[in-house]
Amino acid sequence: MDFLRPATWEEALAAKAEHPSAVPIAGGTDIMVEINFDHRRPEYLLDLNRVEPLTEWEVGADTVRLGASVPYSRIMERLRTELPGLALASHTVASPQIRNRGGVGGNLGTASPAGDAHPALLAAGAEVEAESVRGSRRIPIDAFYTGVKRNALAPDELIRAVHIKKATGPQQYSKVGTRNAMVIAVCAFGLALHPDTRTVRTGIGSAAPTPVRAGDAELFLGAALEEGGFWESGRALPPALARQFAQLAAGACNPIDDVRGTARYRRHAVGVMARRTLGWAWEQYRATGRPLEGAA
Amino acid sequence: MRVTFTVNGRRQEADDVWEGESLLYVLRERMGLPGSKNACEQGECGSCTVRLDGVPVCSCLVAAGQAEGREVVTVEGLADHARRRGDRSGHTPGAGAGSGPAGLSLQDARGWTARGTGSRTGDAAALAPIQQAFIDAGAVQCGFCTPGLLVAADEMLERNPSPSDEDIREALSGNLCRCTGYEKILDAVRLAAARQEPREPQSGGARP
Repeated sequence: MDFLRPATWEEALAAKAEHPSAVPIAGGTDIMVEINFDHRRPEYLLDLNRVEPLTEWEVGADTVRLGASVPYSRIMERLRTELPGLALASHTVASPQIRNRGGVGGNLGTASPAGDAHPALLAAGAEVEAESVRGSRRIPIDAFYTGVKRNALAPDELIRAVHIKKATGPQQYSKVGTRNAMVIAVCAFGLALHPDTRTVRTGIGSAAPTPVRAGDAELFLGAALEEGGFWESGRALPPALARQFAQLAAGACNPIDDVRGTARYRRHAVGVMARRTLGWAWEQYRATGRPLEGAA
Repeated sequence: MRVTFTVNGRRQEADDVWEGESLLYVLRERMGLPGSKNACEQGECGSCTVRLDGVPVCSCLVAAGQAEGREVVTVEGLADHARRRGDRSGHTPGAGAGSGPAGLSLQDARGWTARGTGSRTGDAAALAPIQQAFIDAGAVQCGFCTPGLLVAADEMLERNPSPSDEDIREALSGNLCRCTGYEKILDAVRLAAARQEPREPQSGGARP
């Protein structure tokens, strides 16, 4: 095994181009487990800890450009207003020790369907900034997850940052597990109201081979809110509407039975989380009509 | 490969480090500092918790090469770390300064033993306040989780001198204990927090 330690982003890209099999390591919270347990022996480890721009973020007019290695603890502390859904999701990641090391770039690189950030990214709307010595490109988050632990990155590409749409309305996140800390999601649900475009977006984790959106549920709810004039009136949502939304969200799942839960349980739980997150988010919208910080 | 980093205030070097080796392995097996415990090797239990550039991390999930040039504090250096923090915030001006090189040698760290006095008014250098509080509150049973809990709790008290019970639970949520049921551990952290209260409230160190 070789340990590559680029000091700059350009050096990192050059190293990845020269050794496409090199496995990037930043927080190490995925890859070190595999190495410790002898499940994986990469030929090259590409350490990204010295590449400082990866730990920085920029808040723009409409989006946040979040460096791939910004630790979850920073997202929780510093980006709650701009990225409330992702901040809530970050708070559910493992433990303080893990949140101090892990970041969204690693979640995307691993592309596990159980990654905590994915539902929040799908719901907010995001693009992954991938770069290689050949150039830089933006991959829409909906096109990023291509299979179980597979993503759209080319072998010579590294994740530089994620461009996430700043919240224009309430965002919520919910995760099912046996306890609050140190839990791989049985399933998870993210929801974002986008009053600026009068749309609703969602993200489902751990209930399909990849993180997915509940497209039919989003369309249904978007149309129902529009037709009922709910965006203007801020009226309470009829329970039947929330139920229908929950049912459609559950229908977007394609789960399996595994050690953490059964497919049937996951489908049910996603429906419950969809209904609850919608309730919480809509109450926030009614209360202020403005983007709110998520509640832990 | 060779890896050089600061451990408990002193520059240390390890040779023939395998590229996939964890920081935990280097600390325990190459530097002879077994205070940080090796249990789950997957970041689940927190017993290997150390400070890396001030931040609590699971040392089993840090590749040794990633520690190059950085600062690590282990449980062996916790008392020294707490004492220096006290010095910096001006409680005991000049104490410890000018007496030999800064930090703890590997030999001193290896020979470190808990010399509790049964009273917090004893030798301040022997134990960090959080260590004394763990003893006084009966928060140690088998002791395997204790080093990780001490490092995590000490960091929280540095950042947040007056934690709520929720703050304590969250700060320690990455550290498993299978003996105590956690109640005595919570007592110990409350005790340590209460004992540091009479000091000036702004004494928490800045987080890097």
